[in-house]
Amino acid sequence: MSGFGSLLWRDLVLMFRQGGSLGAAVSFMLAFVVMIPLAIGPDQATLSRLAPGLMWLALLLAVLLTTERMFQQDHEDGSLDLLATGRLPLELVCLAKAAAHWLSVSLPLSVVAAPVGILLNLDTPRILPVMLAMVTGSLALSLLASVAGAVTAGLRRGGLVVPLLVLPLYVPVLIFGIAASTGDMNPSGATPALLVLMAIALVSLVIQPWAAAAALRAYFR
Amino acid sequence: MQTFEILANPNFFMRVARAILPWGWAATVITLGAGLYLALFTSPADYQQGETVRIMYVHVPAAWMALFIYVLMAVSSAVALIFRHPLADAAAKAAAPFGAAFCFLSLATGSIWGKPMWGTWWVWDARLTSMFVLMLLYLGYMAVWRAFDDPHRAAGLARVVALVGVINIPIVKFSVDWWNTLHQPASVVKMSGPAIDPAMLWPLLLMALGYTLLFICLHLMAIGNEITARKIRAARLRAVGAH
Repeated sequence: MSGFGSLLWRDLVLMFRQGGSLGAAVSFMLAFVVMIPLAIGPDQATLSRLAPGLMWLALLLAVLLTTERMFQQDHEDGSLDLLATGRLPLELVCLAKAAAHWLSVSLPLSVVAAPVGILLNLDTPRILPVMLAMVTGSLALSLLASVAGAVTAGLRRGGLVVPLLVLPLYVPVLIFGIAASTGDMNPSGATPALLVLMAIALVSLVIQPWAAAAALRAYFR
Repeated sequence: MQTFEILANPNFFMRVARAILPWGWAATVITLGAGLYLALFTSPADYQQGETVRIMYVHVPAAWMALFIYVLMAVSSAVALIFRHPLADAAAKAAAPFGAAFCFLSLATGSIWGKPMWGTWWVWDARLTSMFVLMLLYLGYMAVWRAFDDPHRAAGLARVVALVGVINIPIVKFSVDWWNTLHQPASVVKMSGPAIDPAMLWPLLLMALGYTLLFICLHLMAIGNEITARKIRAARLRAVGAH
């Protein structure tokens, strides 16, 4: 397990030194939010209605932009070969990669998305449900995206293949994510949609190490 | 398992395929011809939908085929992954374009039917959305095959994409059903028996059989092409001294 921890730490350090951090997440969200009123008009009621969906699309966009680099850098400089021959199973290597991506890209974005949503006239009582749903959904999204990242690890121009692979997997996450963001909170604190979202995240957690490792093995034949 | 291993020999497979194909094509032409005649001329018009109901005979079997071919692709990929069957990858790769074509056919005919019936070319209804996502899965699978020069590497990656996709299909289906539904519910495969008149059911089943036979013939030919392409590739590599 120490191998897993040190790989996770290495990836996080690399990610933060290359500019991925809470600050980067906030600036990305702000840049995205400025574009929205310019694209669909500054009407307050429309913005308020669209705000949760737009936050989810911002998360998707950020993940798509970073998926390609998830394994590519390590594949190019040869460290992926070292990791594959090391003692840590390739499945756990893939899981560590996905965890690093979640901690450095998806999680910061999900946390800042709801407060930034205030700029889009997001209702204040909505902030907590949106944040909860996005934190859960972003875990599933990072895991699913890492499968696509593993498939395109050795592809120089994988830019257009990645969205085609990620988007069908993102459909259920998006549907239940939006439902959990806009639905009312139960007294128990969780909507059925949020529970389904958690289930999807858990299913992704089971499938991801196997699928991503199988994809990477195709490179080592 | 025995037939499995015999069929693994590409030359034997080619011989069997060549023996089957003339009969297969004859059966396809007869079934599709009879099915189309019954569907377009002798079957009754619907009391609500009028003559547009005839689109159904082209539309519904195409949607069935699109789903069936994806499952076939995933099973072939699993066989390739587990048993290293040399033809399974070729079978999965060859099936994908036909699946995408049937998927497109069902979306296009559904759209043509939707204009007079629902008053719009397209609605974001559950079934339409899930078929659309299925189309994306086919395109992604084909894109992976296309993206890599090395067929062995592409095969290994395409297997993963097909298998993750087949897990995804029921989840997408379930989630979009929960999200929004307008399309009519299933009326042929039901616990209480088909809710469709025999005069319409028979042409529909005949069309489905015709589509299946058409797919089998095209698929056998496409696998044959794939085997030939592999041989050409191997011969070229030998010619430049790579092997």
